[in-house]
Amino acid sequence: MTTAPVTKKNIFNRPEKPYVNPYFGGMVLGIILFLALFLTGNGLGSSGGTTRLVAFIEDQINPAHVDRTPYLLKMAGGDKNPLDDWIIPVFFGALLGGFTSGTLFGRTKLETTKGPNVTNRTRWLMAFLGGTIFLYGARMARGCTSGQALTGGATLAAGSWVIMFAIFGGAYALAYFVRKLWN
Amino acid sequence: MNFPLQDFIATSAAHPWTYVLFGLIGFAFGFTLEMSGFGNSRKLAAQFYFTDLTVLKVMFTAIVTAMVLTFGAAGLGLLNFSQVWVNPTYLPSGILGGLIMGVGFIVGGFCPTTSLAAASTGKVDGMFFVFGGFFGAFLFSETEKYFDNWYNNAGYYGRLTLDQVFHLPVGVVVLLVVLMALFMFWGAEQLERIFGRKDLTKEPKLRIAGAGALVALALAVVFIGTPSLEEKYNKLTFTRTESIPQLNADPLTETHVYSADQMLEKRLVQIAPAELFKTVYNQSINLVMLDVRTESDFNLYHINGAINIPLDKLSTIIPDLLTEPPANSVFVLMSNDEAAATEAWKQVSASTVPNVYILEGGLNNWISFFGKDEGFQAASSVTDDKLGYVFSAALGSKYESCDPNPQAYEELEFEAKIKLQLKRDKSGGGCG
Repeated sequence: MTTAPVTKKNIFNRPEKPYVNPYFGGMVLGIILFLALFLTGNGLGSSGGTTRLVAFIEDQINPAHVDRTPYLLKMAGGDKNPLDDWIIPVFFGALLGGFTSGTLFGRTKLETTKGPNVTNRTRWLMAFLGGTIFLYGARMARGCTSGQALTGGATLAAGSWVIMFAIFGGAYALAYFVRKLWN
Repeated sequence: MNFPLQDFIATSAAHPWTYVLFGLIGFAFGFTLEMSGFGNSRKLAAQFYFTDLTVLKVMFTAIVTAMVLTFGAAGLGLLNFSQVWVNPTYLPSGILGGLIMGVGFIVGGFCPTTSLAAASTGKVDGMFFVFGGFFGAFLFSETEKYFDNWYNNAGYYGRLTLDQVFHLPVGVVVLLVVLMALFMFWGAEQLERIFGRKDLTKEPKLRIAGAGALVALALAVVFIGTPSLEEKYNKLTFTRTESIPQLNADPLTETHVYSADQMLEKRLVQIAPAELFKTVYNQSINLVMLDVRTESDFNLYHINGAINIPLDKLSTIIPDLLTEPPANSVFVLMSNDEAAATEAWKQVSASTVPNVYILEGGLNNWISFFGKDEGFQAASSVTDDKLGYVFSAALGSKYESCDPNPQAYEELEFEAKIKLQLKRDKSGGGCG
């Protein structure tokens, strides 16, 4: 396992546990996804939450601009509340769930996960840049790895399978050129 | 009980528990991702250098597990799959967006949800990714207007699933996907052995039993198959609200849920010729008129714009009907009177095509309404579902009443029965 070397003490001083077996993790995740589809008819997601939060903030600052922007209009036009959507509780639930698991298994600590040959500052810049690019693509494709690849994959949505292969294709195509970042 | 639960399809202040349920789903989601190692960007990036293929293993195990359970439940009739969100297919924007996401993944080291797991456990790079994400979503919302038309229309196939693409029973597709995933897991482990120098003998043996269980479940899905049309028809429900005027107060609205047979009995799906005619000119509705009579009757007389599809061939076009944009498509079925159209209505509705209606009284009623001045000769005896008029030539839709002049029929009175019923909220799923 290539976990980052433990240098800093974790916040709650709990012993750090290894990650679970990926097949086991995947099975649990699959059952959660099934329950979400079975009970609510919706799958999992998060990038939609990011967009809705952006729409919410813009609506606070400049509601007239929101009403002129077609993409935002659909979510926050007029007196629509962009936060009134199932993805918002899922978004904040995921934050809390990640924190709980990380804390329980002694992995919550202030640190930067990166390849051995880049500085923290480079890593932060790249993370910001990567986040910007990823979300731009996720909105273009109407969903990210969770909303398209996972959820659409499980419901056999044709477009989602295409998107999933495009994500892996894009990442593998570029991996060689940015290998210094990670190895 | 019918799953998914109607009250939980979207969050609503009327049902505060919806927020709790979606919050719990999110909690479990974040917890599992962190527990699987997705809070660590190095572990995620290792996927693309073949040293640690955790990403692929977790993702595909999750996909096949959820898939087998979902289609198993749908096959057993527990879950109404037409009410489950299926991401609509938009090919070009999907492919381009996917490639861009891949670039963001390898540069940033996370995807949106894993960055949440990372940020919440104190990973500074995860926090930067989340902030970058907000900026990216902002950029997209500001630039989308330059390609709005392409984004919303190019390569749009609606709700399209792999079994429709490959013309295979859904169980067979489920089995094939499971087998493909198992092959990929095997390949992933070989790659980890070669590039990651991993000792495969230390992997738990239980995973092989798990693979066996998956194949067994997938075979069960093939065996169960999908519910018959009759079973689906009996499960159909329609919601109609009725407004009851009050003497000194706002009208009361009452919501009724009807079965398909009740809809037919109460004549809530039989629309008058006048309503059909008005719908033709309604720009916001994508009207599809299906004439289910024989080809010879169709050639004698039909409404302009109607498509001829004899009743016995109807099942072949249902997959196409399902790909019409769900938000505003209305399907109107017609025969000489109503018998064949009603039969067709049962078939089409049971196949979960939304917004299907019947032309009240069929073509005979249409002719008596719009064609009364054209001097058609009434047939001497009209038997069941036969044309009530005699035509000397097969002029198809060349009569005036096939395409009545909208100015001549500006004012028409009818009881409006078409209610656009969205089977799914269009913005209701995925990350969308």
